[in-house]
Amino acid sequence: MSEQTHGDVTVDRVELAEELAGAGLTGTGSTASPDAAEYALRLGDDALVLAQRLGMWITRAPELEEDVALGNIGLDLIGHARSLLHYAGTATGRTEDDLAYWRDEPEWRNAWLFEQPNGDFAHTIARQLVASAYLFELYGDLADSTDPTLAAIAAKAVKEVDYHRDHAVQWTLRLAGGTDESRRRMIVAIADTWPYVDELFEDDELVERLEASGVAVRPSSLRERFDAAIDAVFDEARLERPTGRTAFIAAGRGRHGGHTEHLGPLLAEMQVLARQHPGASW
Amino acid sequence: MSTPGETGTEPWPLWEVFVRANRGLSHVHVGSLHAPDADMAVRNARDLYTRRNEGVSIWVVPAVAITTSDPDAKGAFFESPAGKNYRHAVYYTKSEGVKHL
Amino acid sequence: MTAPADLSVAGDPQAAEAGRARFDELIAADSRVEPRDWMPEAYRKTLIRQISQHAHSEIIGMQPESNWITRAPSLKRKAILMAKVQDEAGHGLYLYSAAQTLGISRDEMMAQLIEGRARYSSIFNYPTPTWADMGAIGWLVDGAAICNQVPLCRASYGPYGRAMVRICKEESFHQRQGFEILLELMQGTEAQRQMAQDAVDRWYWPSLMMFGPPDEQSPNSAQSMAWNIKRFSNDDLRQRFVGMLVPQAEVLGVTLPDPNLAWNEAEQRYDMSEIDWTEFEEVLAGRGPANAERLRRRREAHDEGAWVREAAAEYARKQAEQSAAA
Repeated sequence: MSEQTHGDVTVDRVELAEELAGAGLTGTGSTASPDAAEYALRLGDDALVLAQRLGMWITRAPELEEDVALGNIGLDLIGHARSLLHYAGTATGRTEDDLAYWRDEPEWRNAWLFEQPNGDFAHTIARQLVASAYLFELYGDLADSTDPTLAAIAAKAVKEVDYHRDHAVQWTLRLAGGTDESRRRMIVAIADTWPYVDELFEDDELVERLEASGVAVRPSSLRERFDAAIDAVFDEARLERPTGRTAFIAAGRGRHGGHTEHLGPLLAEMQVLARQHPGASW
Repeated sequence: MSTPGETGTEPWPLWEVFVRANRGLSHVHVGSLHAPDADMAVRNARDLYTRRNEGVSIWVVPAVAITTSDPDAKGAFFESPAGKNYRHAVYYTKSEGVKHL
Repeated sequence: MTAPADLSVAGDPQAAEAGRARFDELIAADSRVEPRDWMPEAYRKTLIRQISQHAHSEIIGMQPESNWITRAPSLKRKAILMAKVQDEAGHGLYLYSAAQTLGISRDEMMAQLIEGRARYSSIFNYPTPTWADMGAIGWLVDGAAICNQVPLCRASYGPYGRAMVRICKEESFHQRQGFEILLELMQGTEAQRQMAQDAVDRWYWPSLMMFGPPDEQSPNSAQSMAWNIKRFSNDDLRQRFVGMLVPQAEVLGVTLPDPNLAWNEAEQRYDMSEIDWTEFEEVLAGRGPANAERLRRRREAHDEGAWVREAAAEYARKQAEQSAAA
């Protein structure tokens, strides 16, 4: 509305839609089965909760270039979340925003890893490394899903997650191989993050049913590739993969609505405004 | 003589960024950024200069590695081509109107 | 701080004289000055001050909006806001790069900012208590910024003009998304409409102050205009901006909070109330509602990131050593 009035310089129009990653995938028109909806909800919640965490970094990153990088990753994840929640909502006639803003904590299906606080930059990088290595394998396989909507979302997401993984790997190498302090922090961060790894690879009845019809990927089938990818990074970074299973955490409860102390405050903040104005449009 | 901007005093050096907008076009200078090393520089350049599909390929060059012509020698340095307009097709006016030439 | 363009002529008055003549010629021809050209020290200093302040404004300006990224009321708005704040980081970086070609390092500029020695646009010292502030910032603050910035695309200093072209292209969506936020609110519930009007009431006057003091009290303007850095006077730009706002406010259905605002047909300009310059001076002097908060956040991010930046630099050093040894 302003560029014409100024005459001197022609400013290209940038359409808002192009700003919205994933916007093109909403509205494909297909309706999810109840099982597929529940599965999409898991993936969508993972993406949205992580995006919410990364959004907290903006203006606080270690360098301005990193504000931009973390913002890009967060935007990709919001795009994935929107597509997945949109699809999940088709089963019950709810919108992506109904699902994002009007579900209480026990209705959230994300794994515990994604809701963990940002911590210092090393903790964020450790969480990114695990999350993106897992998501890369997951979306890579899910791109072949017999559910065309999930396949399309995954095909787009896998390329973006590939970059997220690269970002996390680059920083893991630098923090582990930088100064004594950064190495110490990276080792602590990996130790703090690892208890949340096993949950990502838990199978349950839902994924088993969906896998039988080629809709979903069985999480346990990704573990070997995940471990190999992590080992390659850790070899180069001279880091050790923590061993020992932390059973109480690995019970897969996030997928059934059980959460750590951290999800409640995250949701309270995310949902506060929307819930002050029921029925409002924004 | 290097490009202006690099002070040599910063922990993360300055990199000049060149982006190829499309296949078939040259890489064009778009600006600069700071990064600890080449790997991060090319990634930062991707995030900073191609957020809106502006490119299909990126070069990053340490600013110190660029040699420029001496700005004060401008006159002398770029004088020579000035008298040689016979290097340009428009110099040849007699063939005007002749096809395929 | 080094001034590379001066190195070649240091102690050579003849070369300096030729440089000055060349500079005057470039300005007279409305051509562009490039980094390694000779330029008057005052021109260099003015540009460093202006471009770095502009960069700081982009970086500090991220904060009042990032305040709402985590609470944006829909996922679409969350994505838009995040993209916008991220753009602002990018714009700060383009501008720091442009300033750097004048011989000042980004570290030095960042130190000036976090130590409170540099200025940035005082508008960002106002708080953003409601979601409607995201609309008002986009519509009014970005709108005013665009009015200021579009003429800067033709600034005589090449790197500055080029950075501004890039920024203006990217900002075309910023104002529009703000307008849209307000429009949605004005078409919503009574509470939403009140929220929108309240935000417009709070941001209208500060946005008019963004054009700077009235022309007769703007000492640096004449020189900046002579150097083709600035193209229009503060008051001209302010008039132009108000002229854009009036019809837009009608579309929105909001009231601009100035009872004296009216078109003066005889003088072909808008009459408006006197701007409260005491408030402007107060905020500019660092006594705005959020000055301390904004600087603290930037300082904390910078300080807490130090170990990360050092780690990356050290890693690069070790890698270079290894490849040299290999």
